[in-house]
Amino acid sequence: MPASGERENNGRLAENILYFARALRAAGIPVGPGAVLDALAAVEVARVGSRDDFYWTLHAVFVKRHEHSILFDQAFRIFFRRRGYIDKLIAAMLPDTLPTAPKALEAGAQRIHEALFAGTNKAKEEEQEVEIDARLTVSDREVLNKKDFAQMTTAEIAAAKVAIAKLALPLDEVKTRRMTPSRHGRLIDMRRTLRASMKAGGALIDLKYLGPKVKEPPILALLDISGSMSQYTRLFLHFLHAITDERKRVTTFLFGTRLTNVTRAIRQRDPDEALASCGAHVVDWSGGTRIATSLHDFNKHWARRVLGQGAVVLLITDGLERDADDALSFEMDRLHRSCRRLVWLNPLLRFEGFEARAKGVRTMLPHVDELRPIHNLASMTELVRALSGLPAKGYDPKQMLRHVA
Amino acid sequence: MAVSPLPGSIEGTLEMLAKADYIGDRSLATVLFLALRMGRPLFLEGEAGVGKTEIAKVLSSALGRRLIRLQCYEGLDVSAAVYEWNYGAQMIAIRMAEATGEGDKARVEHDVFSERFLIKRPLLQALEPDPAGPPVLLIDEIDRTDEAFEAFLLEVLADFQVTIPELGTVKAAQPPIVIVTSNRTREVHDALKRRCLYHWVGYPNAARELEILRAKVPGIPKKLSAQVVAFVQALRKEDLFKSPGVAETLDWAGALTELDVVALDPATVSDTLGALLKYQDDIARLDGTKVKALLDEVKSELRAAE
Repeated sequence: MPASGERENNGRLAENILYFARALRAAGIPVGPGAVLDALAAVEVARVGSRDDFYWTLHAVFVKRHEHSILFDQAFRIFFRRRGYIDKLIAAMLPDTLPTAPKALEAGAQRIHEALFAGTNKAKEEEQEVEIDARLTVSDREVLNKKDFAQMTTAEIAAAKVAIAKLALPLDEVKTRRMTPSRHGRLIDMRRTLRASMKAGGALIDLKYLGPKVKEPPILALLDISGSMSQYTRLFLHFLHAITDERKRVTTFLFGTRLTNVTRAIRQRDPDEALASCGAHVVDWSGGTRIATSLHDFNKHWARRVLGQGAVVLLITDGLERDADDALSFEMDRLHRSCRRLVWLNPLLRFEGFEARAKGVRTMLPHVDELRPIHNLASMTELVRALSGLPAKGYDPKQMLRHVA
Repeated sequence: MAVSPLPGSIEGTLEMLAKADYIGDRSLATVLFLALRMGRPLFLEGEAGVGKTEIAKVLSSALGRRLIRLQCYEGLDVSAAVYEWNYGAQMIAIRMAEATGEGDKARVEHDVFSERFLIKRPLLQALEPDPAGPPVLLIDEIDRTDEAFEAFLLEVLADFQVTIPELGTVKAAQPPIVIVTSNRTREVHDALKRRCLYHWVGYPNAARELEILRAKVPGIPKKLSAQVVAFVQALRKEDLFKSPGVAETLDWAGALTELDVVALDPATVSDTLGALLKYQDDIARLDGTKVKALLDEVKSELRAAE
């Protein structure tokens, strides 16, 4: 076979793989240029004969997560059957071919607007909005809704940063098994000791010590986004974005009638982008609540993956579940037993003399370590204050249950 | 242990695995072959008990290479994973130098931090040349260690080198064959995965599990093995907290052969369920009637297949 023909064939293949990688990227699998080069090398090395081998060769290089396997599979099927189709798909994803849809506010637009037109008449901008207040109502009906959040103001972002810096969650420092230099440690650090004494020629031995390293435990947030909580959703999401920014290991799940992992969406630097991306990912905004089902889903599929290393769980819900039965009790118990501390943050305790009367609340209460009530949640500062320090008096879960019984 | 060359094709890899009694599917053979040929680490993820660690063991015995295993745990640090100085010997060397009156500070320091006093741990051992060829380095259950160690591994896995501050950089002349396994109790960072070829090791299908069972438990009656596999496969479709892995299937089959069981019946299954299911909730869910229903279903399916 002449060399030129071979080169041309390789060129065609390279082009195909390149387009395929772009299709994967469009489908949401993070594929970098390095992976494309790897794929080319892999196909060459494997001397692929059958379609199956080609499939698994590309799979080995492009897929780095189990959940991406499905996306890869579909993309592969479509792409290598009819390439034109995927071309159209890619073309459709380019921004300037979509002139029909009304352009959504770009992230940060509110802040830019503020910066430019600060101080001009505000009254005009305030619009009357009709909103149904669904607080303290219970429903398990599944209503699929998308949601747009109002954009952040500069003042809000600044206030959030200040508030988060003050946040000290219960049991916020955990000793790890790792050692770190410490003046008051109890183990001798031979490596540093020897190095230090060599500096002085080895005549003096100045002992250095090690102590356990202290670290913040991972946080797992389970946020209820059902209709009864819809007033506070934006505040909580902003709060979660701010702590995700501040700390490394924060995992966030939203649940209404189904469970969605939004950790990746919330990890984006810009709060507007993060909230918009959450809004786009989740379909059950402001619908009903199925706490037991969502917790079951979490326990079965995620608990073992995200509750390692002594995680603290923040369960943010009003606990108003209609079918509060054994299933809810069972799932709460399992959740409680698989984390280090289960903190229930309930924003709907409006009255000082709250009693655990609602059935859902009574079912969940025995399984939480702490109940943190918020009487009138208006700002991030209040939220942080409610979460920091010792729990408020009179809200010990065990005492409350005894009181009701 | 005879030294064998690397397999030359995907078929060759499948054959090599089969010869070492590891029954894998073609997708695994493909990714393994690529890892061997491209010199990239192989990242294996999957539920507990599906044979991830076994792959490294099989690879080492089939290729006749040394197996170096690094079991990860929380708090794993450089002195346990890479190297440690022999402090006792160093102290003596310093005192000796003093006694003989060698006062040159720089000289003593250079002597004390030399390879003579270095204790090599798994990662450093794996970078050393071996007459049998580069060893197989198994980094087991990486999800158990913390992010700091994961970050340290980046240098090792990308360039096959480690840096010892007192000595300099040690680089492998020939890169070892690296297998990293994870049970996914924590997400491993993308930066580490990017440097590896990724493969999800799933539960095998019925035909392959039967092959595995017959290869690993040779004395098992034919009828029993078919029933065991069909029952386990049916069990995996149930809503269980932890589905039984291949290791559990083998344990159970072993237990049943020890008990001289020829065919499954509900009472035996209920008594030996502890070999398959490891959570009380799961065992409670599978009460007598449920086991009987599942077993009847499995038996009628097997009869239909005959």
